Amino acid sequence: MSRRAFWRHLTSRVMTGLIVVLSFLAVFALILIFTDLVLKGASSLDWAFFTKSPVPAGQNGGGVANAIVGTGIVVGLAALIGVPIGVGAGLYLAEYGSGKLGFMVRFIADVLNGTPSIVVGIVAWTFIVRPTHRFSAIAGSVALAVLMVPMLARTTEEMVRLVPHSLREAALALGYPRWRTSLKVVARTALGGIVTGCLVGVARVAGETAPLLFTALGNLNFTTTITQPMQTLSLQIYVYATGPFEEWHRLAWASALVLMGLVLVISLTARWVTRQRHGSIR
Amino acid sequence: MVASANTRLRLETVKLTALFGQQRAVRDVSLLFPAHTVTAIIGPSGCGKSTLLRCLNRMHELTPGASVMGQVLLDNVDIYGGDVSPVELRRRIGMVFQRPTPFPTMSIYDNVAAGLRVNGKRTRGQLNDAVNRALQQAALWDEVKDRLHTSALDLSGGQQQRLCIARAVAPQPEILLLDEPTASLDPAGTQRIEELCHALKRLYTIVIVTHNMQQAARVSDYTAFMYLGSLIEVGKTNEIFTKPKEEQTEAYITGRFG
Repeated sequence: MSRRAFWRHLTSRVMTGLIVVLSFLAVFALILIFTDLVLKGASSLDWAFFTKSPVPAGQNGGGVANAIVGTGIVVGLAALIGVPIGVGAGLYLAEYGSGKLGFMVRFIADVLNGTPSIVVGIVAWTFIVRPTHRFSAIAGSVALAVLMVPMLARTTEEMVRLVPHSLREAALALGYPRWRTSLKVVARTALGGIVTGCLVGVARVAGETAPLLFTALGNLNFTTTITQPMQTLSLQIYVYATGPFEEWHRLAWASALVLMGLVLVISLTARWVTRQRHGSIR
Repeated sequence: MVASANTRLRLETVKLTALFGQQRAVRDVSLLFPAHTVTAIIGPSGCGKSTLLRCLNRMHELTPGASVMGQVLLDNVDIYGGDVSPVELRRRIGMVFQRPTPFPTMSIYDNVAAGLRVNGKRTRGQLNDAVNRALQQAALWDEVKDRLHTSALDLSGGQQQRLCIARAVAPQPEILLLDEPTASLDPAGTQRIEELCHALKRLYTIVIVTHNMQQAARVSDYTAFMYLGSLIEVGKTNEIFTKPKEEQTEAYITGRFG
């Protein structure tokens, strides 16, 4: 083997090795977090954990049923508000957003995307909590929806843009009005991607704590009233993890495991939907 | 009703110029497309033949910056007149593109029915009859009759293109525009489409853009030769190919350029 070939081989080997190490490092954080959570949290996952509300501080036992149901309600409402607005805006951007207004909407969405989530929480507090004089689940949902909208708008736009132009032309040549082309042909073709984007967006906000601190506030009791303060898993973890009691720390670990599992399930569903999108862009 | 309306149908362009921004892709073209004939538009790449075709159903203007001067007359009505709706117009003029464009989320049946549904035809019976007839006309019925409700993407390329023809003829348009319909097909698929042209001209007036001269010679009654956006010569197909009047036409069809 000549000298040059030898060096070329060596460089190739070293670089490949480097890349393998780096990719491992990237996944390593996730593995570390997950094993830590399982080790410290799994033992606390019993029937009571899922079915009981918290007991007074200092006592043992109790669960986080209120936070699990609360997360469902707050995030569900946020999706109910955020998905139509975000997907609608994305569709607009992709189909009609070539003008000045489109440019502005896109720019604002990007700025909003980079806004710290606690700032969004303060905004929701200013416009909802203060005028209504009470912390509420719905205020938290609005804050989460505001976080979700720019994400969904941009992913929807990307997905819709992937639909081949020829498909649009085919529909228009058939005598489809423009709005109908957008909805029945273009959006439907991109549906798999849009649904995936929505699920990823929901998974993202499900773990948010900061925007809920002064909106949903948290609640030690079980409630389903959306005009009342409500507990979520993220808020529960925040309170329990920073609290003084050993029992609270134990529950915080378990809650973190449950929240992580929830996000994981949503992400996996998104993956599955992507693979299942029969007929849309592949 | 369609047959009687069609016998009087006239489609012609009068001093038609099509622009992209300032650039003229079609220059001053006046061309008559006789009813129930196949007219082929030939010419080298970039000569404006596809643009001319897209002016006939107002698809050209959908390109940002594109505009049109002159007239396109359909039964003596200028389709660029103020009270003509391009959406309504496109329901009278079907179009098939270079590459097959079946709607990927729809079944074979729904693809063919798409143009009917948008036209307001909704009852099962009406749709079934029309879909059946369109697929027969496109010579696709026998191949798909047992799987009408499966995805249109499972068809071969040639079948997909015939599906697009079925979709275009299902609403019973008066004119059928074919934009290099066999460009992405193998010889067998090409032959089937060409046979269709012959069969369908009884029902529709057909305009076909092609850069395959043998194809033009095989399928068309009239041939128009375009070069650099201008119409150089138009005439009966056998005359264009045997004794062209213009030197440029002769040079092109004998393969000296293009």
